Amino acid sequence: MLSEQKVQELEQTARELRVDILKMLHRSQSGHTGGSLSAIDIMAVLFFHQMKHDATCPDWSERDRFVLSKGHAAPALYACLARAGYFPKEDLATLRQLGSHLQGHPDMRKTPGVEVCTGSLGQGLSQAVGLALANRVAGRRSRVFALLGDGELQEGQIWEAVMSAAHYQLSDLCIVVDCNGLQIDGFTADVMNVGPVAAKFAAFNLHVIEADGHDIDSLGQAFASAEVSDRPAVIVARTVKGKGVSIFENKAKYHGLAPSDEELQVSLQVLGAL
Amino acid sequence: MIATRDAYGKALLELGRQNPKIVALDADLSGSTKTAQFGKEFPERFFNAGIAEANMVGMAAGLAAGGMIPFASTFAVFAAGRAFEQIRQSLAYPRMNVKVVATHGGITVGEDGGSHQSIEDLAIMRSLPNMTVLCPADGPETAAAIRAAAAFEGPVYIRLGRGKVPVVFTEDCSFEIGRGVTLREGKDVTLIGTGLMTAMALQAAEELAGKGIDARVLHLGSIKPLDEELVLKAARETGAIVTAEEHSVIGGLGGAVCEALAEGCPTPVERIGMRDVFGQSGPAEKLLEYYGLTADKLVEAAERVLQRKIR
Repeated sequence: MLSEQKVQELEQTARELRVDILKMLHRSQSGHTGGSLSAIDIMAVLFFHQMKHDATCPDWSERDRFVLSKGHAAPALYACLARAGYFPKEDLATLRQLGSHLQGHPDMRKTPGVEVCTGSLGQGLSQAVGLALANRVAGRRSRVFALLGDGELQEGQIWEAVMSAAHYQLSDLCIVVDCNGLQIDGFTADVMNVGPVAAKFAAFNLHVIEADGHDIDSLGQAFASAEVSDRPAVIVARTVKGKGVSIFENKAKYHGLAPSDEELQVSLQVLGAL
Repeated sequence: MIATRDAYGKALLELGRQNPKIVALDADLSGSTKTAQFGKEFPERFFNAGIAEANMVGMAAGLAAGGMIPFASTFAVFAAGRAFEQIRQSLAYPRMNVKVVATHGGITVGEDGGSHQSIEDLAIMRSLPNMTVLCPADGPETAAAIRAAAAFEGPVYIRLGRGKVPVVFTEDCSFEIGRGVTLREGKDVTLIGTGLMTAMALQAAEELAGKGIDARVLHLGSIKPLDEELVLKAARETGAIVTAEEHSVIGGLGGAVCEALAEGCPTPVERIGMRDVFGQSGPAEKLLEYYGLTADKLVEAAERVLQRKIR
């Protein structure tokens, strides 16, 4: 269990990360608002509580690996990496600009702290499986975390990868599904229903944990449960797309839309950053 | 005669014994691609993905990101076809140190038919930035190419065949990525082969000699990077080129050579290969004959291109 103080600290961290994400997106006027905000509490817990990593030594072989399979939430990842110290926070202002190391989707060859290239949905989890296998071959004590979107579960490759995670008994792999219920064309349930999500993963013989993806304590418990599982674990995290500022919440149009001047002002006010 | 896939199986096993970072993946075809031998000796470094090529390529990418040197194998039609976008996004774009060794390339797959005969893989793979594309001629060169690929940092696509092919190179041959080989000197016309067509180019040169035509023979086992220098030199010195590949004439060896010539030394070219058609079932030898992938057709092509030669 996380202490009350740690929970409050992480809540504040997530609030500040939301500010970073929205400022970055506003500045670039391009990028994915909704899915970055739905994922940020999960990532705040991972980067600032759960994962073993060291920004001063990004190549540390025993570090835990994070794979953002839903690569369009790159702004959330960049906000976390900058805050953790992988690169200067000022770099966030260069998101998606020509020559920036902060590409539209995560690029391991350009951005310190990014483990693999993702963005084409469905491919990150396979790479996470490969990373976990590499850790096993090399005898490294390192865990692998992969963050997926629920819309991404429509990709067949995800289930190929889930099958292989179970087959190779990758108990050091923890999948988190950011179940915000929305995708570009609308509600996931309307576009192509992926439910019941938990039952599907259970049928593939993963250890399934359900959590509130915006409740730090709930997430902390979920990760603790995943850590002691002797099977690969999946945290099915219920989230709200655009979470944190009501104007963006639960609206498909903010999947790939950056905030306007006015929307940024409202956001900063709501998040206590003015 | 030895099948290139058999040479691969042996070379991979040897590499595995020398380097603990070598790992192998397959997609339920390990008996055919010959990775099974590696799997038997190194079960903890062999990963069968089952019939799931997309995931196999992704797992290979992750293994490479974790510091391993993965060799991922399946048939060419599934590697370059089914897993194309995984190869693009998870291997080529990040310059991942993965070797995709695709066996059963071309029409000599034979009886399984056109659905399983990849005639487009070289073209597909060659179009990807960061990708190296190799197509060795025989067993010994395959072993050398596999070793060269393992020593090279970055993604490599290696196309091998199903059937036994004549031996062109010596056991101790070397392989240099980006370098072609002059197998026979000649001044009238140049025959350029890749894969099993190189042996036929040598045979054709012999036949042409009988007709008083002095043919040079080049082998380009490295389709990308292409040894443009060697190709342009041959064009300048012989003034006529014939390419031969067990692949579509679009985008593979013939395409690459024509691109180099168009920019560097415009020269008449005849391309031997699949003429924008899919293959079909039949014995390998008969298919090669049916689609005109023979030494005789190379001789005819050489005679045609000589008619077009600018004197």
